[in-house]
Amino acid sequence: MKVSCSVNGQVLVADDVWEGESLLYVLRERFGLYGSKNACEQGECGSCSVYLDGVLVCACLVLGGQVNGREILTVEGLSHRTALHPVQTAFVEAGAVQCGFCTPGLVVAAHDLLRRVPDPTEAQIREALAGNICRCTGYAKIIDAVQLAAGRMSG
Amino acid sequence: MIHFLQPASWSEALAMKAAHPEAMPIAGGTDVMVEINLDLHRPAGIIDLTRVPELTEWGTDDGLLRIGAGVTYSRIINELGDRLPGLAMASRTVGSPQIRNRGTVGGNLGTASPAGDAHPPLLASDALVELASNSGTRRVPAREFFIAPKRSARRDDELIAAFLIEPAAGPQQFSKVGTRNAMVIAVCSFALAIDATRKRVATGIGSAGPTPIRATDAESFIEGVLDEGRLWERPAEVPTSAVTRFGELVAAAARPIDDVRGTAAYRRHALAVLARRCFTWAWVDYRRMGAA
Ligand SMILES: Cc1cc2nc3c(=O)[nH]c(=O)nc-3n(C[C@H](O)[C@H](O)[C@H](O)COP(=O)(O)OP(=O)(O)OC[C@H]3O[C@@H](n4cnc5c(N)ncnc54)[C@H](O)[C@@H]3O)c2cc1C
Ligand code: FES
Ligand code: FES
Repeated sequence: MKVSCSVNGQVLVADDVWEGESLLYVLRERFGLYGSKNACEQGECGSCSVYLDGVLVCACLVLGGQVNGREILTVEGLSHRTALHPVQTAFVEAGAVQCGFCTPGLVVAAHDLLRRVPDPTEAQIREALAGNICRCTGYAKIIDAVQLAAGRMSG
Repeated sequence: MIHFLQPASWSEALAMKAAHPEAMPIAGGTDVMVEINLDLHRPAGIIDLTRVPELTEWGTDDGLLRIGAGVTYSRIINELGDRLPGLAMASRTVGSPQIRNRGTVGGNLGTASPAGDAHPPLLASDALVELASNSGTRRVPAREFFIAPKRSARRDDELIAAFLIEPAAGPQQFSKVGTRNAMVIAVCSFALAIDATRKRVATGIGSAGPTPIRATDAESFIEGVLDEGRLWERPAEVPTSAVTRFGELVAAAARPIDDVRGTAAYRRHALAVLARRCFTWAWVDYRRMGAA
């Protein structure tokens, strides 16, 4: 089947998509957008987090056919050419990135939090990122990064 | 090859389900996609319900709230939290923001897992599940909806249209035991609703039996205590011994099993604790309402 949707502002089309294929597979294997990561395919790790019509979701749990005509924003769409988004810069500067596998999903989830709650408490940050697993950092620096980004974005 | 069907309206969805009773509906996909991705289940067909506008609407119907099966947990929390505090509390414990943004109560009812977190508050509020097919619509009380693990009163040709629930007529509580705060399937869960108008206390137990159930003996016991002590009219503290007994009766109503998440004995113990706490918190709120 054919899937056509807007991804980061551009309409993309994939032919011969298998009916059971996830949005994550379509993004990575059909559109070559490797930012969203595939780690669990069961909604547990958040490394595939993207926006679907402005709502934060796990791309692995969305069926490809469900996004026909919809708008997707992936981590690739947050930066402008080579200029990183402030959330991304903060992750780099705070040392919140080790192996980096969880990073794209965390950046999108943190972006979603800061759009809704510009000055979150630590509890709010932990709550918002509860669906994003990191095996390396122990989360402390991720929290620092979100606070750093919050300060810069509102300042 | 799977057929992929994408109805654009409710009548089209019912017609497609009638023509393809084997096709599996998909809403938020948070249960369906896990099965497909892990190859646990490969349906012969899929009906995507996310384009059916009627399923994502809610409104009032003869004093009840009628909430479309496709309304997500996030929307229940944000749009209905004041009218349905018990269901909103349960919704807040579901998965993560990503799961709550996509997962629906209709999908929870479709899966009909004994661990579904929406079920205890639906039981405690005597909600109705509206089922529809080409041959008609019927409303099944949540109490009769769950039949066995992952089996419900829904027939293969039926879709879940909505659920109907009374706005809270008093304090409500929900509590769940899991191995951490977020992203866990309940080891056991408990919902309680006090109906200040009818002077009733209702319960729902999750994850501690083949289906979610009500603890009816515990309900009549505590109502008896409140009636006899005239505590509804002059809300004072409920004797600790009565609250303890209420907890024991809730635990006795459960039919828990041993599994990887916990033993039956632990589940009964935890349920008694959850029931005592939920009642105590709700009664504090009731007394405060009276004072106000
Ligand atoms: C990481 C993760 C964490 C989770 N945590 C929790 C949790 O804490 N508590 C909890 O209760 N659940 C949890 N779940 C399970 C799941 O999110 C819920 O059961 C959710 O309510 C399913 O809704 P959905 O819209 O995604 O359903 P879907 O996956 O789309 O569908 C689920 C089932 O319902 C059927 N269905 C859906 N809509 C209809 C309809 N209108 N008519 C007829 N059948 C229908 C489908 O055919 C399928 O059988 C979790 C899942 C994941 C992946
Ligand atoms: S790959 Fe989607 S949540 Fe893990
Ligand atoms: S940096 Fe390695 S998983 Fe998070």
